Amino acid sequence: MLAWKIGGDQGEGIDSTGDVLAIVANRMGYYVYGYKHFSSRIKGGHTNYKVRIATTRVEATTRRTDILVALNQETIDRNAHELDGGLLLADSAFNPVLPASAKAHLLTLPLTEIAKGIGSAMMRNMVAVGASAALLQLPIAPFVEYVAAKFEKKGEAIVEANRKAVEMGYQRIVDEYAALLTYKLGEPMPGDRLVISGNDAIALGAIAGGCRLMCGYPITPATEIMESLAKWFPLVGGAVVQMEDELGSMTAVIGAGFAGARAMTATSGPGISLMQEAIGLASVTEIPAVIVDTQRGGPSTGMPTKQEQSDLLALLNGGHGDTLRVVLTPGSVEESFEDAVEAFNLAEQFQTPVIIATDLSLSLWQQSVERSKLKGPTQPIRHGVTFSREELLTLGEGVFQRYQITADGISPRSLPGEINGQYLATGVEHGPSGKVSEDPINRTQMMNKRLLKLQAIHQVREGFKYEGPEEPELILVGIGSTVGILREAAAHLEAKVGVAWFRTLSPFPTERVQSVLAVAQHILVVEQNALGQIRQLMTVHGVADARFDSFLKYDGVPFLPEEVVARAKPLLNLLEVY
Amino acid sequence: MATLQDFRTNEKAWWCPGCGDFGVLAAMQKALVAVGANPATTAIVAGIGCSGKIGNYINSYNLHVPHGRALPAALGIKLANRDLMVLVAGGDGDGYAIGMGHFMHSLRRNANITYVVMDNHVYGLTKGQTSPTSEEGFQTKTSPQGSIERPIHPLMLAVSAGATFVAQGFSSWQPQLASLIQKGIEHPGFSLINVISPCVTYNKVNTYDWYKKNLQNLDEDSTYQPTNRARALARLHESDEMVTGLIYQEESTPYEALIPGFRETPLVHQDLNVDQATWDKILSTLE
Repeated sequence: MLAWKIGGDQGEGIDSTGDVLAIVANRMGYYVYGYKHFSSRIKGGHTNYKVRIATTRVEATTRRTDILVALNQETIDRNAHELDGGLLLADSAFNPVLPASAKAHLLTLPLTEIAKGIGSAMMRNMVAVGASAALLQLPIAPFVEYVAAKFEKKGEAIVEANRKAVEMGYQRIVDEYAALLTYKLGEPMPGDRLVISGNDAIALGAIAGGCRLMCGYPITPATEIMESLAKWFPLVGGAVVQMEDELGSMTAVIGAGFAGARAMTATSGPGISLMQEAIGLASVTEIPAVIVDTQRGGPSTGMPTKQEQSDLLALLNGGHGDTLRVVLTPGSVEESFEDAVEAFNLAEQFQTPVIIATDLSLSLWQQSVERSKLKGPTQPIRHGVTFSREELLTLGEGVFQRYQITADGISPRSLPGEINGQYLATGVEHGPSGKVSEDPINRTQMMNKRLLKLQAIHQVREGFKYEGPEEPELILVGIGSTVGILREAAAHLEAKVGVAWFRTLSPFPTERVQSVLAVAQHILVVEQNALGQIRQLMTVHGVADARFDSFLKYDGVPFLPEEVVARAKPLLNLLEVY
Repeated sequence: MATLQDFRTNEKAWWCPGCGDFGVLAAMQKALVAVGANPATTAIVAGIGCSGKIGNYINSYNLHVPHGRALPAALGIKLANRDLMVLVAGGDGDGYAIGMGHFMHSLRRNANITYVVMDNHVYGLTKGQTSPTSEEGFQTKTSPQGSIERPIHPLMLAVSAGATFVAQGFSSWQPQLASLIQKGIEHPGFSLINVISPCVTYNKVNTYDWYKKNLQNLDEDSTYQPTNRARALARLHESDEMVTGLIYQEESTPYEALIPGFRETPLVHQDLNVDQATWDKILSTLE
């Protein structure tokens, strides 16, 4: 496994350069994971993109960098410490200086000059791609092939120039630095994989799950979901509406759910705060709705481009009044796809808002995903209980009871357009017919009905997953993007360590959590917020005890597997002492 | 063919005796009958306030949403099932205060939705506070010395925001009001019908008699043509919006007809499974 990183100013094509490396390596059969450091501005400011390339699945970033490509001195100053004897390739144009403390081999190439020689300084990054391929000892042909396809539409001259840029970068490294070419990735694992992010996976899952309407308001890091759907929906007859705000986005989704369509919105912290108002409406009117919250640093504007998992309690309990929502928490890109499909089924089946809680790292960072995990055409569509047109006709006029009390709390729906199915769906407390009622007995019944119906979710879905040995000394518990980090950490800990993660945070899967954790000697809850929100929830639900410890981080930077290893080791050693 | 009776529910409206909203309810029901609507294919969204109760009294599919959010909910319904007739009813507080953002954007979005605003220049359900359409100097419990803010001019706002149908009615003038709502429903785009609907309890200034004295009926002015945006604005400005009738209308293609790839078959009637060829095409954009 190798970690390659490129750094420069925002607006210098760092992203697309990293993408080229990730996509080509993926096509060659390597597993990739890309991590971007960026800030909330368009041009200027340091940015970097780290790609891990491996022969097995990788779903976390790491501290170490093996190869650093620096397009300016700031990149060296900020990142050279990650190189532990690694290679630093710098553009000689800025007279790169290696800090005295850095342990690295400095390689310089006139990247800009070479590009200019071919025709334009714009091709500097392509020279860097070629050079990187050489440093990674990867064959040049797949890179040339990709670049040719990428620039095909721009004409033969552009293709030729870019091809040349890649080849010259490659050749100069081979010619000038052959002695330093010691990195070797190992044999690739050929397969049919795509490099996608969690946001891509959610947009794909939404389409596979029958969603045909997305009403949203742009916000980092959720916007790509809306953008992807705007690109794909015309192919399936769906629509994206860019609303005036999140209040409108959420309410429009509820309107569509009332009318029988599968609709969604996607947002992040500030948007979810605004949506709480209407989420309450969906709860009390029992209208299906799907909401994605790609969590970022909060509160308020917080850190829009930084990783955090601090919306969890708000997702469960935000807004006024007693409501239960379904909150799904995918722990990987693949699970993001699965949960997006399933969210629309659960929303209709249980007539409830369903929130998919991801986080910035999970939603933005791309990784290799098996195409076979992204099945579109065969997904089951479950609409839940409804009155058919025929049943309503037989029922007669004015008889239909939208909110009739049932054993499982779920009342069959009618949809606008169906004769004899008319009713009032109101945010005001109502009786079985839908009519407004403040009767104390009715109120209690209706509240109980809404709280009861969601409990059955655990019968259709495992709310807490576990991977690891049967009798673990330690279980690492996490959520969202942290899960992949915990997996890598567990693999590095030379002990019986398992990883457990929530798939359903609400309703809380109490029994399942208890049974998974029963055998562990020690439990470390790893979460990216300051309040220990997952641990709090576990405590409230009575599953936390003296075996529990927390590892919290709220600096906006994802956990590194190395950090989790370091935090977990003393726990394991402690056990040995006893 | 549905009759007035078909659009009634067995609930007794609890508005104050003499409330203008009774007239709005009656005119909406008449308009629905006149356009040949069917209760089962009619969706009415209402907001919060005295006006928001209207959904309780019309037999149709009714959605009653939080304060100010009726318009986006209606958009969702229309996009989910474009075969439905979608109407929104709310008050001046719901539409022009808390819901102002949605109002402006619904106008420019122009989905085929009919918006009936029951405008009484006062907050009724919270027992008498100033509204965005209250006149300067209007005394209420939250402005005991008189309102010091200038009133909103919803009709001028609508005309300048790109509305394709703007009208104003008066709850006492039933035939004109019913006809305006009917025209609004028939208009293929967003239609605003602001209705003067006096509050007999909390507004002792803008009374029925006051409106009858001050309103100009555009139907009685054969020189007025509701087809010119600038002239509509001028007339509204000169009259301080004290006009009833059709103020502005233009040819319109509704939002839902402009969405790329959006089908005429309503979303709710479509097969939700994706075929393999389409799926492969989608995935190919990620390769």
